[in-house]
Amino acid sequence: MTRNLLITGALAVLLQVGGMVAGLTLSPPEQHMSDLVRIMFVHVPVAWAAMATFTVTLVAAIGWLSTRRWGWDHLLDASLEVGVVLGVLLSVQGSVWGYPTWGTWWTWDPRLTSVAVMVLSFLGILALRAFVDDPDKRASWSAAASILAWGSVPFTYFCVKVMNSLHQKQTPWGAMAPEMLRVLLLNTGTVTILTLWMLVARYRLARVELQRELDT
Amino acid sequence: MKNAKLPAILVGLSVVGVLGFLAFGSMGDNLVYYWSPSELRAAADGGAGGMVRLGGLVKAGSVRVEGTKTVFTVEDHGASVEVRTAAIPPQMFREGIGVVVEGSLGPDGVFESKRLLVKHDENYKAPTDGNLSQDQTRSLEGD
Repeated sequence: MTRNLLITGALAVLLQVGGMVAGLTLSPPEQHMSDLVRIMFVHVPVAWAAMATFTVTLVAAIGWLSTRRWGWDHLLDASLEVGVVLGVLLSVQGSVWGYPTWGTWWTWDPRLTSVAVMVLSFLGILALRAFVDDPDKRASWSAAASILAWGSVPFTYFCVKVMNSLHQKQTPWGAMAPEMLRVLLLNTGTVTILTLWMLVARYRLARVELQRELDT
Repeated sequence: MKNAKLPAILVGLSVVGVLGFLAFGSMGDNLVYYWSPSELRAAADGGAGGMVRLGGLVKAGSVRVEGTKTVFTVEDHGASVEVRTAAIPPQMFREGIGVVVEGSLGPDGVFESKRLLVKHDENYKAPTDGNLSQDQTRSLEGD
């Protein structure tokens, strides 16, 4: 089991390295921001992966509350942690990109603020899980909180469409050079694979953890 | 076992604190990240004096340097505001690009700003004719 995880994990990382090399070599520079555009090839896929992962959290939360099967709680646990890691990574990438383009590491515009609220909400639920001893209560409370916190996900996605923000809007089809779009789609695939792998690995860990907890 | 919970409680409390600050502190009095020139003009006297962010496009041909300050006009479809800033323009600053400036509208009708941020739009294009734009040339020269 563990050996399979190691092999698939190494493959997922290799694929991601391939995607990143493609981002550094196959795409032309952007006409105004030149090589800085290469951050976009990992920033956008990580944004997608973070929001998709938090949506997995929502599904797991509903799953637990309606069926009380432990598998849903393992998935909840896994997706919370993976999502928070991706969300922090997303913010770091955004800062690194924002400083040379916008002229600031951080500003309280709607998109940056809503991402901060999203990541902190789910981080708070992880903290909640850590200090509830009863596994049943832990699962139910964190599931209820996760459903509430998920509201920040569509807000984060749509706020740039309807509010004044420094962050750019979603790029419509055709507004990105095809040779950049190809690299972006490739990286979206590799980041998704890596995220799925992290979810599976963390799910198994959650299962073992709960087993140990119930045994002692 | 009690001690093991302490870090979690601290994280929980800080998260609640930061969320509260976000909800009531930084965004409380002003839910709009920036005003457009039209909105600032519509506020008339109200627009003068208070610290606001102004966002719009840098009008073509309006950028000039006055001593250590950069002066340019920010416009939207209906209105324009002259901006004077002490900030060093980010590398991507140019005519026609979106900017957000922080400051206040002075009594002389010029928006005095200490902070200048540049927006990037949602278009990603390869350099036309194989050459990079002026921004890149400038950055290669180490400007």
